[in-house]
Amino acid sequence: MSISKILLKLTVNGIARQIYVHPMARLLDVIREDFGLTGTKEGCGEGECGACSVILDGMLVNACLVPAVQAQGSTLRTVESLAGVDLSPLQEAFLHHGGAQCGFCTPGMLVAGTHLLETNAVQDEAGAREGLAGNLCRCTGYVKIVDALLATREGRP
Amino acid sequence: MRGQPSLCDVLAPLNLDEALALRAAHPEARPLAGGTDLMVPFAAGRLPDRLFLNLWGLEELRGITVSDGEVTFGALTLFREIAAHPLFQREFPNLVRSAKATGALAIQSRGSLGGNIANGSPAADTPPSLLVYGAELELTSLRGSRWVPYADFHTGYKRSLLAPDELITRIRVPRPRAGGFHYFRKVGTRQAQAISKVSLAAWARTGNGHIQELRIALGSVAPMPIRARGAEKALLGRSGASLPLDAALEALQADISPIDDLRSSARFRRKVAGNLLADMLRGLALV
Amino acid sequence: MNDYAHIGRSVQRREGRAKLTGAALFTDDFKIEGLLHGATVRSRVPRGRITGIHFEEGFPWDEFVIVTARDIPGKNVVAHLIQDQPCLADGVINHPEEAIMLLAHPDPQRVQDARERVRVDVEPLPPVLSIDESLRCDPVIWGEDNIFKTIHITKGDPDGAEAQGHLRMDATYLTGAQEHVYIEPNAIIAEATAEGVLVRGSMQCPYYVHHALHEMFQLPLEKVRVAQVETGGGFGGKEDFPSMLACHAALLSWKAGGRPVKIAYDREEDMACTTKRHPSRTRIRSAFATDGTLLALDVELLLDGGAYTTLSPVVLSRAAIHASGPYRCPNLRVQARALATNTPPHGAFRGFGAPQSLFAIERHMDEAARRLGLDPAELRRKNLLRTGDVMATGQIMRDEVDLIALMDRALTEIRYAEKRDSYPTLNASDDPVKRGVGFSVFMHGGGFTGSAETMLNSVAALEGTEDGRVRVLAASTEMGQGANTVFTQVAAEALQAPVDLIMVVPPDTSLVPNSGPTVASRTTQVVGKLVLDAGLAMRKTLLDAGLLLDGDVAGAIRTYVARHGALRTESRYQKPDFMEWDDTTYRGDAYATYSWACYAVDLRVDLVTYETQVADFVAVQEVGRALNPTLAAGQIEGGVAQGIGWGLNEEVIWRGGSMANHQMSNYLIATAVDLPRIRVFFEERPFAYGPGGAKGLGELPMDGPAPAILNAVQHALQIAPRQVPMTPEVLMDLVEGA
Repeated sequence: MSISKILLKLTVNGIARQIYVHPMARLLDVIREDFGLTGTKEGCGEGECGACSVILDGMLVNACLVPAVQAQGSTLRTVESLAGVDLSPLQEAFLHHGGAQCGFCTPGMLVAGTHLLETNAVQDEAGAREGLAGNLCRCTGYVKIVDALLATREGRP
Repeated sequence: MRGQPSLCDVLAPLNLDEALALRAAHPEARPLAGGTDLMVPFAAGRLPDRLFLNLWGLEELRGITVSDGEVTFGALTLFREIAAHPLFQREFPNLVRSAKATGALAIQSRGSLGGNIANGSPAADTPPSLLVYGAELELTSLRGSRWVPYADFHTGYKRSLLAPDELITRIRVPRPRAGGFHYFRKVGTRQAQAISKVSLAAWARTGNGHIQELRIALGSVAPMPIRARGAEKALLGRSGASLPLDAALEALQADISPIDDLRSSARFRRKVAGNLLADMLRGLALV
Repeated sequence: MNDYAHIGRSVQRREGRAKLTGAALFTDDFKIEGLLHGATVRSRVPRGRITGIHFEEGFPWDEFVIVTARDIPGKNVVAHLIQDQPCLADGVINHPEEAIMLLAHPDPQRVQDARERVRVDVEPLPPVLSIDESLRCDPVIWGEDNIFKTIHITKGDPDGAEAQGHLRMDATYLTGAQEHVYIEPNAIIAEATAEGVLVRGSMQCPYYVHHALHEMFQLPLEKVRVAQVETGGGFGGKEDFPSMLACHAALLSWKAGGRPVKIAYDREEDMACTTKRHPSRTRIRSAFATDGTLLALDVELLLDGGAYTTLSPVVLSRAAIHASGPYRCPNLRVQARALATNTPPHGAFRGFGAPQSLFAIERHMDEAARRLGLDPAELRRKNLLRTGDVMATGQIMRDEVDLIALMDRALTEIRYAEKRDSYPTLNASDDPVKRGVGFSVFMHGGGFTGSAETMLNSVAALEGTEDGRVRVLAASTEMGQGANTVFTQVAAEALQAPVDLIMVVPPDTSLVPNSGPTVASRTTQVVGKLVLDAGLAMRKTLLDAGLLLDGDVAGAIRTYVARHGALRTESRYQKPDFMEWDDTTYRGDAYATYSWACYAVDLRVDLVTYETQVADFVAVQEVGRALNPTLAAGQIEGGVAQGIGWGLNEEVIWRGGSMANHQMSNYLIATAVDLPRIRVFFEERPFAYGPGGAKGLGELPMDGPAPAILNAVQHALQIAPRQVPMTPEVLMDLVEGA
């Protein structure tokens, strides 16, 4: 009765990985359980909250809505890739401005913010708010998150 | 996660021909595009399907072709691609606005025009725009391809003309003449990332102070996205200076059949659909 | 001016780095060998009797751990204030999400599948699904009269004064349930045998969970250990519910011979089954003199408590005490009742009853102003409390706060006077977008009510380590609000040490003393003071030992610990000497102090869609001293966002006693584009009994937004909305007539 697994090959945070998974397994579960990268969170399981935001082949996606079969051969970046020895400028800005409170939406928020910065998609506060509209935060009221994003964009603390 | 991946299999064709062959051989396999609609009930354990046909990798379903008279979208054209296209900002502003109104960025990066249509939700954001721009759909099977007007495609709640062996392969939209009037407005419970309670799209061409052409379509007010043909009829050919608002509103009420659900009430939908029509006509009268 | 080294400075969040890199481990992130995944079988009917339980035939049930009420080794109860809520329903069902059976299996998807294969037969009984049905006792579902608690507050002669009023008003205000939507759903991991119970998870109050496990297992206190792990938001939603979840996970582990069991709710289950803000109905009868002087208030306040008592009596208490708002009112009657209904129990949510009663009084004042032909600001100028006034419970207002100045600052920031005048003219045009400006003035009592802090008898401790560092030992949890950082600052201040020397120990009942629950805006004001005093005691110990002469705290601690083997100081709660409270008469000092605020709103109402969009939001408050301005502003901004949601969009739709819209796609919280930039201002007036002058501030921002918004809608549309959430559907009925 059980369906055979597929060999999923993808590059995760710069490292080639392969693993047997069910084709309809959610990418979110593959990331958290098979790769042990628990920085990516599940807040709703229906693509509403953005806590599971990851960058898949250069696109911002909700990992809870991607079946494993559709990640075949892809390049994946999770929150764990953002910091090197030092925090990334956006992470530093979150620390400075107080953009993280409980920390549960934070990984998804940072991944989305990083993607917005990398694609030069934010020109002003309204653009920052629109760009982050798929990432829900219940702690901050978004002010300090938006400030962190804008500060990073402008290269100021 | 209440879905059961261990019970589900996925057919993974490498090209469109393979996909059509698999579609014909396994009509029970649920076509799966970007997953933004289907993965939600799947994860909630509410999707009965056990076999899926993965379309995501099919290059034949991608790409946007612009010719003199029309624009053709591969069925897997993403909302994000539509939203970013400079030509569409100018010629199909409703389509751009409705694509941007579909979820947020992460949804727009996976959600596709064809998937949105095939899913058949009456609350989908792009269908009213496609309806007012006179879109046509290419339905393809091993038997061949056929083009059908999008206005005829949906036949009821989550029902359509799509045969069990067919896939939506392309969407074709004639390029409207310059100088037309475009209107799109979505009413959700919040300003972004909301499922619509009512939406209304319209496209019109005026000449000599009269409405020469007019199409109005709505979402979330009927079992499927609909054209408001009664309201169109009441307004077509009429002078912009003396539009028969009351008659149009009355006709609109006969065009729609909203229901009460978790997101809103039939009463609210009727009232706001009328308000949107009036708002649209205010804009039209100023053109 | 700031004479402090650490207090009043925006020290960076202590656990921030881990939260930013994905390294912070929340309950569902732990990898545990041999883990079983738990799931809950629920009743689905609001009220009835269980007549049978059937397991689907041919399903391999022997793979599963199965627990029913009969497996409970001690008492079938989730202990809170009183013990009326069973851990698992035994024969009787009182709400549609009541837990009946627990299942566990190594495969999380198998256990989800299995719970669909259990059928519970229930003989339904007529349910009580509204406040009115509960009041009519039709039928009686709890106690003798469906009433969990009644509170009376009386002052002066309200009946006599009402008769003399120039303007007499009578209006009823409604507020809906609200779901917390912490982004991390509830999750607990338990390991339980007769030798000992260990529970780890997402929670606000480790000692509440400890108490519940102790009562259910009837094990000695020392055999129960509860440890909080990183908690992804609480807002009150993880105050009492984790006790239930911990009992469930621990029962499964117990039955499984001590194997670890995790129950991590998905969003649907979390929304459907856990607590919400109490729905309320408040009727206010009032009398004003011709000049607008408030003569009398007669308030009847009703809370829907759900099926079991849980925290309703104390929520009711706070609601009742805040019912007359920040006004001098010589004649007052408050009659408050919490009622039983067959819905999941309502519980703590930021504000804890105060948002409900303050919504009513703040809307009422604007309605009164309109009837009196006064500007709402003028009416408040006449009636706001002043230092030395007598408050509802007879408490003398000691706070040296100038509420009128506070209000004026908010009004200036929002440009109230100008907009109050110009908007009606603008609104007279045929533009369907109408503008309004409005505000609310309010307060929030810090810490537990009355004598409850004294009864709690909280303790916090500091420990010096061999390597010269300081460990802060308190039961207060970090859930995003900044407890770790504030405690670090306070301890560093007391010791005159650098903040890097201070480590706040994650709360674990085997390590930290009971400094009480992390609720009631008490963590900074009350527990922070204990940390400060323990720090001062440690400093004195070091000085008395002849150390610290060179100012090297780490060195002094190292030396002391090397000499004496240990260094530990404790501080126990002592009530401010002026505080007197009588719980039987509800007279006295309800709170040691209050935080005060005026919130002002500029908004747009679109009469095409009936949507209300807040364009500008000004939050001016006096919270003593803000110990960490960045964190404090973050608390205000987040609380305001929740308050705006409660006021406008967040609607729990009830069907048969259940939340029907229990998904984040159907219960919508604000995105970044739904909110304006919330502008936060602090007036500083240090509170003598708070650490560094601080008062509680966590709940305050929840109280003001909803009435301020509806007051602005009154200004925009000249209507009198009396209900939140004021959804577009509700507003349409008001504007167009139902």
